[in-house]
Amino acid sequence: MVLGRAFEDMCAQMYYKMFSFVHFYNGQEVVSTGFIKLLKQQDSIVSTYRDPIHALSKGVFTRAVSKLFSKTTGCCRGQGGSMHMFSWEHNVLGGFAFISERIFVATDAAFTSEYKREVLKEVDCDHVTLAFSRDETCNNGQFFGCLNMAALWKLPIVFVIENNLWAIGMSHLRATSDPQIYKKGPAFEMSGVHVDEMDVLKVKEVAKEAIDRVRRGEGPTLVECETYRFRGHSLADPDELRDPAEKVH
Amino acid sequence: MLGIVRQKMLEQSLKKIRPAVSVLRSYSSAAKQMTVREALNSALDEEMSADSKVFLMGEEVGEYQGAYKITKGLLDKYGPERVLDTPITEAGFTGIAVGAAYYGVKPVVEFMTFNFSMQAIDHIINSAAKTNYMSSGRISVPIVFRGPNGAAAGVGAQHSQCYAAWYASCPGLKVLAPYSSEDARGLLKAGIRDPDPVVFLENELLYGESFPVSDEVLDSSFCLPIGKAKIERKGKDVTIAAYSKMVGYALKAAETLEKDGIDAEVINLRSIRPLDRSTINASVRKTNRLVTVEEAFPQHGVGAEICASIVEESFAYLDAPVERIAGADVPMPYAANLERMAVPQVEDIVRAAKRTCYRLVS
Repeated sequence: MVLGRAFEDMCAQMYYKMFSFVHFYNGQEVVSTGFIKLLKQQDSIVSTYRDPIHALSKGVFTRAVSKLFSKTTGCCRGQGGSMHMFSWEHNVLGGFAFISERIFVATDAAFTSEYKREVLKEVDCDHVTLAFSRDETCNNGQFFGCLNMAALWKLPIVFVIENNLWAIGMSHLRATSDPQIYKKGPAFEMSGVHVDEMDVLKVKEVAKEAIDRVRRGEGPTLVECETYRFRGHSLADPDELRDPAEKVH
Repeated sequence: MLGIVRQKMLEQSLKKIRPAVSVLRSYSSAAKQMTVREALNSALDEEMSADSKVFLMGEEVGEYQGAYKITKGLLDKYGPERVLDTPITEAGFTGIAVGAAYYGVKPVVEFMTFNFSMQAIDHIINSAAKTNYMSSGRISVPIVFRGPNGAAAGVGAQHSQCYAAWYASCPGLKVLAPYSSEDARGLLKAGIRDPDPVVFLENELLYGESFPVSDEVLDSSFCLPIGKAKIERKGKDVTIAAYSKMVGYALKAAETLEKDGIDAEVINLRSIRPLDRSTINASVRKTNRLVTVEEAFPQHGVGAEICASIVEESFAYLDAPVERIAGADVPMPYAANLERMAVPQVEDIVRAAKRTCYRLVS
């Protein structure tokens, strides 16, 4: 967590040397630490464009840094960028720009895990996929398609929604008819859990239960983590719409 | 003194005649500077003011004043019923806008970048473009889809694609690509007034660029014809046809070529669909050589279509093969040095023009 925050703060300082989009994760570190540290090497994560910290938590360290500087030593050799972290050895299946695209990629990864076990008879294959996404994704039709298929086929996936209440300048409350995202799980016969705090131990408890449930074959879980983004959407964001009092930490 | 009176009388009589705008420009008085951003904002403002059926829809267009500040001030002026901040669901809000257009209102849908329009492309093509034909002319879809298109700077593969060729291949759509502030104002106004669906491809890197605009351009009734290209620079040795940001590069290339004794004619396409084949062909029949320039992927691109048009209509006039300058045939890389290699540069255009003139290329 501390590493993640230090990393993001240093990225902010080095921004103009990086020549890239950089989307900061400050304030949301608990979620990635709480969940990703419970995973095994073979488990996969699929992330948002706010992905360097997810990659870091999964063990992609120096390569993540190199990537931000577009170096050939980076995990994608300067071709992908800060928004698109891929690492096959750590099963980091990317950040994606489109908010709902990543949900499909994650669902496919979970599907493959299931396929390997059922069809290819790899009985030890209990790989779990974590699909990280955010509040604004939950208003997108493709999200619902994935929830349905994941529940229908009991795919080994946990949907982790980092609800930081803001999508660039659009408040979650202005964009969503029912802002309680975890309630969308039961509509698809899927367990929906809400974690209210920036408390790494509570998040870890919820994460453990969700991941264990998936490994037992009991189906996916939708976890809504109410968190907060201390910096703007990216360094290009003047961040004028949020109340400064909200951002104090 | 007599000279001043005569000049004023000339200006007055020209204003009454109102021929093609490009002719008028050569007579206009000292020009004001306007950025493309201001041009787009003023065009939207004036069209919304003139017609209450025009409304805006998109992500961050209202309270955030627009992701690129194109819609700045419009929420305050026209209210949340006409400047709608949408949730992030391109398919959702585009679908709603297209359906609204069936019933005669005039949505202007903003995509934060045209890369995100792929989420809604079924609505653009199947619900908007084809409907007038499928309904045998009974349903018109007066909608504009606008937003930045093509490469920006350091934004990676999923934020950098140019969609001109994809949309221009579809009958039923009009596809416009402004370069200057005059283009931005005139073409956006024309697009909003047009009864057919219009895809309006802006460029993020041009938003901040300033261009001189005459009084005629600033007038609220100013409009440019759709389907007409503009000859930005007259020449006789080689034709360079480009759109959007590449027009600026082509003009710079023409300056370099002039020093080497090559007089290039630069065409600003303005309209990708309908393509102004007659202007391009007339130019090539004069110069006998053609270079097409685009930022987009080369295969099945705008340059390919222009080349086909020349071969079909003006083959006998060509003194050299057509040169096609396009983006590299790879997803846009992220690293700055790779990105520079993946996008056409002025030197590439200069070299291509020299090749058509059979000059030695260093």
